[in-house]
Amino acid sequence: MKQDKEIIIELKDVHKSFGSQKVLDGVNLQIPAGTTTVIVGASGQGKSVILKHMLGLLKPDSGQVRVFGHDLAQCNKADMQQIRSSFGVLFQNIALFDSMSVYDNVALPLRERTHSNEKQIRVAVEDKLALMGLEGQEDKFPAQLSGGMKKRVGLARALMLDPKVVFFDEPTTGLDVNKSNEIYRLFYRTQQQLNYTAVIVSHDVPKIFKLSDYVALMANSRLHGPLSPEVFQLSDNPLIRDFVLETMGPIYSSETEESLLYETL
Amino acid sequence: MKLVTKYIALLGSETMYFFAWYGRLGLFLLTSVFALLRPPYKVMPVIRQIRFIGANSLYVIVFTGLFTGMVLGLQGYYTLNKFGSIGFLGAAVAISLIRELGPVLAALMVIGRAGSAICAEVGIMRNSEQIDALECMAIDPFRYLIAPKLLAALISMPLLVCIFDVVGIFGGYLVGVHLFDVGAGAYFQGMYQNVVWQDLEMGFVKSFVFGLLMVWISSARGFYLHLERDGGFGAEGVSRTTTKAVVMASVAVLVWDYLVSAIML
Repeated sequence: MKQDKEIIIELKDVHKSFGSQKVLDGVNLQIPAGTTTVIVGASGQGKSVILKHMLGLLKPDSGQVRVFGHDLAQCNKADMQQIRSSFGVLFQNIALFDSMSVYDNVALPLRERTHSNEKQIRVAVEDKLALMGLEGQEDKFPAQLSGGMKKRVGLARALMLDPKVVFFDEPTTGLDVNKSNEIYRLFYRTQQQLNYTAVIVSHDVPKIFKLSDYVALMANSRLHGPLSPEVFQLSDNPLIRDFVLETMGPIYSSETEESLLYETL
Repeated sequence: MKLVTKYIALLGSETMYFFAWYGRLGLFLLTSVFALLRPPYKVMPVIRQIRFIGANSLYVIVFTGLFTGMVLGLQGYYTLNKFGSIGFLGAAVAISLIRELGPVLAALMVIGRAGSAICAEVGIMRNSEQIDALECMAIDPFRYLIAPKLLAALISMPLLVCIFDVVGIFGGYLVGVHLFDVGAGAYFQGMYQNVVWQDLEMGFVKSFVFGLLMVWISSARGFYLHLERDGGFGAEGVSRTTTKAVVMASVAVLVWDYLVSAIML
């Protein structure tokens, strides 16, 4: 991992159990500014739990979660709000406010966190909605939108206040190939524009590798990596190798295995 | 021996659950009050909630008030007639309404109408991660969601109780004067001479306390839906918790009715 970049999120030996079930067993992770880190892994391995620790929604049983140098467990409400004001989050189930229109959903961060007047808000919201290809959808309610559109509204809301860090929890789950490509395109375009640090939880392998700087695998309650996508795919770590084999097929795994495969054919 | 330790453990866990739950309720109220007192103050959300809790409850309040007053007129006339003192009907109706029935019945009606809706709304927002989304957007859910409801209930409840009392007194008048042979002058004169300032004071204090209990219990139960012991998940979780909130708030109103009466008598 590059050491010249500022580390903005750091997990140090984080342990977390729910009842008797150990979900995180000494997780370590550093996320440098301006990069895209992807956490992959099978469902139910605790990927979203890691994300919730970074967001301060869950507190570790032991270990530290540091964001912008602050230990989240030590932060009071005001500090926490300060930290979160540079966050943007796209939740797995999007969590749009279902009794508000698309427009009000996207406008909410501006209304609650800035002193902008309604005119300025309208300009900013329409601008973001246009960027997401959602012109003319302002008055619809979340229940009237398709899955892909909801994700785009969620993304528009997450990016409303130009966040420094954006968290994506399964951004393409439940979408078809075209729709998920669209989300990836929007992600790429907005990251180029706003230069935010991205943390993505996904199991859309291998497509997600193209967008990532670092990939880490969540397995057996521990995080393996982060490694660059190329190194990740060729890793000797048996858990990573199994995951790569399982999700991408043997052809991607390594040259040795590739030749082995040809020999057996 | 094993059975004994099992019961001790059960007792311990029940006690812990009890204290944790009531502690959480207390902290919830404190946090909401602090959120209410912290500037900047926004008027529109409070007005919207006054409309929901107050104005939209008007029909129910007027109807129940009218029929309560009419029943009091009937029963009061029956009782007072035995002692030959029907001249006190106005006073009897007014005092029972102002001190007791007005605040209690109005509160029970508002709990059934608005309290259940508040609990379900907040509970669904908790269930679908909308409250987490607010927190991650650095929007304090207490300030945004709970404080306007709290203030609106404190404003609406005394006003609703006033309307209940006035309509109830009119209902008693309809029965006493128009159905039976109580003179209109005697009805109002008796009321004028016997209703004292302390009666109104007690009615006001009760309506204030009941408004607080209604919004406190119903929103707290919804807010902590995910911590419900028997699982606050899904539609069933919301419905179960809403029922519990309505029952708990109604019982609390009757208990506090006794306490306030005992203290202020």
